[in-house]
Amino acid sequence: MPGNFHTHLVLLFASSSSIMSLGWVDSLLIIIYFLSVLGIGYYLLRFTKTGDDFFMAGREMTAWIAGLSFVAANLGSLELMGWAASAYQYGILATHWYWIGAIPAMLFLGIVMMPFYYICKTHSVPGYLKLRYGEGASQLSAVSFGFMTVFMSGINMYSMAIVMKVVLGWDINFSIWVSSLTVMVYVVLGGLLSAIFNEVLQFMLIWLGALIVPIVGMIETGGWSGMVARIHQNFPAGDYTHLWSTMGSFQDNPMGIHWTGIVFGLGMIISFAYWTTDFLVVQRVLSARDLRSAKLAPIIGAGFKMFVPLIVILPGLLGLAVLPGLVGENEAKLIPGAHSYNEVLPLMLARYAGPGLLGLGVTALIAGFMSGMAGNVSAFATVWTYDIYKPIHLKLAKSEGTDAHYVKIGRWCTVIGVFVSIGTAYLVQQFASIMDYVQALFSFFIAPLFGTVILGMLWKRATKAAGFWGLFAGIGSSIAMWAWVKLDHSALKYIALSPYAKDMAENMYRGLWSWMICVIVTVVVSYMTKPKPESELVGLVRGCTEIPSEGDIPFYKRPIVWATVIFIVFVALNIIFW
Amino acid sequence: MVGRHKISIWFIIGSLLLIYGVIIFSSNLYEWFFPSQTRTIVLGELHFGVWWGALLIIIGLIYFIVFRPWKKSVA
Repeated sequence: MPGNFHTHLVLLFASSSSIMSLGWVDSLLIIIYFLSVLGIGYYLLRFTKTGDDFFMAGREMTAWIAGLSFVAANLGSLELMGWAASAYQYGILATHWYWIGAIPAMLFLGIVMMPFYYICKTHSVPGYLKLRYGEGASQLSAVSFGFMTVFMSGINMYSMAIVMKVVLGWDINFSIWVSSLTVMVYVVLGGLLSAIFNEVLQFMLIWLGALIVPIVGMIETGGWSGMVARIHQNFPAGDYTHLWSTMGSFQDNPMGIHWTGIVFGLGMIISFAYWTTDFLVVQRVLSARDLRSAKLAPIIGAGFKMFVPLIVILPGLLGLAVLPGLVGENEAKLIPGAHSYNEVLPLMLARYAGPGLLGLGVTALIAGFMSGMAGNVSAFATVWTYDIYKPIHLKLAKSEGTDAHYVKIGRWCTVIGVFVSIGTAYLVQQFASIMDYVQALFSFFIAPLFGTVILGMLWKRATKAAGFWGLFAGIGSSIAMWAWVKLDHSALKYIALSPYAKDMAENMYRGLWSWMICVIVTVVVSYMTKPKPESELVGLVRGCTEIPSEGDIPFYKRPIVWATVIFIVFVALNIIFW
Repeated sequence: MVGRHKISIWFIIGSLLLIYGVIIFSSNLYEWFFPSQTRTIVLGELHFGVWWGALLIIIGLIYFIVFRPWKKSVA
């Protein structure tokens, strides 16, 4: 999930000096990586003939491939660096975004929502809205998703280029063009199939490159208890190693957030909105080869997501133990030679990684960026082609285009998406404040969209007009609340329930209120308008759809069994680190 | 996953990890016996790169062999 740390990284790194330099072995590993991803794209070109191949990876992915790709598309390098920095700043509280902020939602997607997405054979989330509510809600969702996706991709691209400049001394233009054109080539060649194959490869490299830091760090600090003892020694006033015990009040924790914001805002709305309706991640699961694989994929993804804190949060905590002198970005600018906590991950990598391992770690960062960008452009190409271009083409040409025509448009959309992203990256370079506005804009759509989709799936009575007006009211109220706080900061005590609330807390509560407004408006308008006959809701809504049986399979192959196991582990981890 | 594709993604991953493992293992082994002193790393005496390179070789070999495209399929 995007956050304001992108802006912080950019502002900080603009004034820093290079942290590490690569040897020839490290460079060789990076070159081999680039050749591999391009080779995969070229190889898969021959298997990408139809629209289903290009946009849905032929709908033949196994649960494992779809599940790993589902997590990898979210595991961008700025996600890795940003949350490691957050762990240094806020301690283990940052883990909430990986546990309560992800696991329940991913399991809910697999068990409850996936059957409807999968059975209706939609190409996209806006495609589902079109089937359920008609053109209005679908177009609103498609246009907002299309634009926001490429803009966010450009912002990530620029932030990544800045990171590479500071960490490795690479030229910004070189980083932007080489990485984005590589992604463009392999997605244009093999479509979603190529994006997914590369995401699985990138997922493995991210883990194998990033695991170096927690393993050697744990050896250095003497295990978990040794690390905690060092943190207490370095920061006797703060509590950085408890998940829930400091969340009784806004002032008791460095994040300035109350447990209600985490549970209801993050855990029940923001995370469900992102993981169940953001097409960037849902598209990966739609590519599964059958319903059981589609249900299992998010569950497998949840299993891996639960352990991502090992490579993201733990390095930040280890930084608190062994690099206690890192400061905030403003202080880092003023003190010569000082480093900010935003640099904690590359600093830890440079601390432990010798020849080759440094290259592997940097490859993990590049792989993270490319998997995120490929996710953005492949989702953009699908939504733009099927949900925006196709209806317009149908109206103008009065006939359906051929499958080959839409594949061609999809390829062009990929190229255009990448160039718009590059353009956004250069625009952000000129006007840094654009970054905050685009990120805020992205957050406006997510929570209300979840309200519209979940009511559409679970409530037969929701009507076409209600779908549009509920979504519209949710988005509008989210924008209004954001503008209110921008214009009058004292409004924070109404929106986030406390004048002490920080940005993250404000986002959580704004998401919660905009979702509630969307749901209320959808319910009220539904009762005022005529519902669709049940026969038109078959395959789209619970109660009108017969979910196919999983057949006579052993219990250990059933998605619900694995979802239960993962949920038990999730609860246990929260209790252990309470 | 093979599907229509002759080469499984797991085979590609295995190949890449094998190549990475050989490069990291051999360069760190060389560094162990002929230290260049270019950069000091914490716990360098553990020669972590050698063990990590070996681990990559093992994982890569397993994937490479199990998912090799020329493996005879059971009818």
